[in-house]
Amino acid sequence: MIRFENVTKRYKGGHEALRDVSVHIERRELTFLTGHSGAGKSTLLKLIALIERPTRGQVLVDGRNIGRLPDRQIPGHRRQIGMVFQDHKLLENRSVFENMALPLIIAGLSGREISKRVRAALDQVGLLDKEKKTPRALSTGEQQRVGIARAIVTRPRLLIADEPTGNLDPELSLEIMQLFRRLNDIGVTMLIATHNLELVERIGGRRIILDEGQVSAPS
Amino acid sequence: MKNYLLRHLQNFFGSLGSMSRQLIPTAMTIAVIGIALALPSALHIMVLNGNAIAGGWEHIRNFSVYLTPGTTLDYAERLAVEIENHDSVQSVTVIPADKALEEFQQSAGFGDVMATLDKNPLPHTLVVQPVVDAPPATLRIIEAQLLTQEDVDMVKLDTEWVIRLNAGLDLVQRIVWIAAILLIGAVIIITGNTIRLDIQNRRAEIEVSKLLGATDGFVRRPFLYIGFWYGLLGSCFALFLLGTGFMLISGPVERLSGLYGGGFQLLGMNQSTALAVFAGGLLAGLGGAWSAVARHLSDIQPRV
Repeated sequence: MIRFENVTKRYKGGHEALRDVSVHIERRELTFLTGHSGAGKSTLLKLIALIERPTRGQVLVDGRNIGRLPDRQIPGHRRQIGMVFQDHKLLENRSVFENMALPLIIAGLSGREISKRVRAALDQVGLLDKEKKTPRALSTGEQQRVGIARAIVTRPRLLIADEPTGNLDPELSLEIMQLFRRLNDIGVTMLIATHNLELVERIGGRRIILDEGQVSAPS
Repeated sequence: MKNYLLRHLQNFFGSLGSMSRQLIPTAMTIAVIGIALALPSALHIMVLNGNAIAGGWEHIRNFSVYLTPGTTLDYAERLAVEIENHDSVQSVTVIPADKALEEFQQSAGFGDVMATLDKNPLPHTLVVQPVVDAPPATLRIIEAQLLTQEDVDMVKLDTEWVIRLNAGLDLVQRIVWIAAILLIGAVIIITGNTIRLDIQNRRAEIEVSKLLGATDGFVRRPFLYIGFWYGLLGSCFALFLLGTGFMLISGPVERLSGLYGGGFQLLGMNQSTALAVFAGGLLAGLGGAWSAVARHLSDIQPRV
């Protein structure tokens, strides 16, 4: 599903975030991306979402070299991927329902289909009764669950998450990871960047360890 | 396709909704656009009225020949026949000094003043009516010939002021165009700036939408609709201002026109001017929105 071939990413100013990285993630796999902060985890995810482009090498998603995708095809590519962020990136002035509906509106779905899918996704994260609330009225854990629900509401086959439990206490973190596990069980390919090794051990799954921009222990 | 149209419709009214949530700034922007559009339109309507006034007198090409005071009526009549022989002249009417005085006393209400004069100060006058298609150049030649006559004091072309008025109106019309272009430019800048602020206020939303795979068109659309609404509502406000202005001055104009013998009908907003107001408003609104969107939307890229 995702294949990095000798990918190097050098930012303006010379910092090399990734150095000659080659990894392959299979369809339906649950993969954790670990390593210290600054090891290049976020950069790797950004290359998949085309928030950044590789300096050298190829990034293939579904066999397509996305590094060469023209700018106007970036939106279409992003719509195929669910993204979860550490700070969840919910819009504070919109209700939970409206936040969830946004990717579906962007995808051009009808109003009825949108309601149906939003409720289904909220049900999956156990927040069906919060749809009218604004994110501010929710707890941190609930906010992150809405963020995940928004990422899966378009039913993507690939979900990437950057430190999704970074702001959560251990109990909530475990809850979130178990949610990812369940989503993976229904067939979503997952790539999750985290530095919480203990949690990775408990959940189980493949680990890719990044160290100073290089894959140190591919398994 | 149906969803796409629905989405446009939602954007169409949604943008109106987002404007109404910031009622006072929105109203101020609309007012400024309305005033900027109303000013050149009002000037244009004034020119139209001026043209109507000038047009009403254009067919009058008579000129008056004033003889030196003391010239005999006999001489006046002989001169009249002489002028009448000219190809370009249709008829010549002689107004004897006595009759002129009489008319003057009656029409202008100067009776009492005139009564105090011991002798008639008015000369005999000939009113020359040229043929309908007499070229102005020929009329000038006749004028020059008459001025060489010893007993002709003054020749006055009654149409001269009409020509001057027309020239003046042409100048004002040109100024109207310049003002219109400048003010539409101003409206573009105003709308562009308002929408730039709007884009900045909705930065988070734009960033998230881009992360979720929104196309540039999707992100751009609500702002273009906002520009459209500014243009449309600004145009409506301009028409309202013009209508109100018309109502306020139509009474006084009628009174003034009555004092000049009536017959003048104040021209209000006509169809083409109204269309021009709308066209200008929409052009400026959409143009402003487009310029703001083109410059500022691409600056906003998702940061993760």
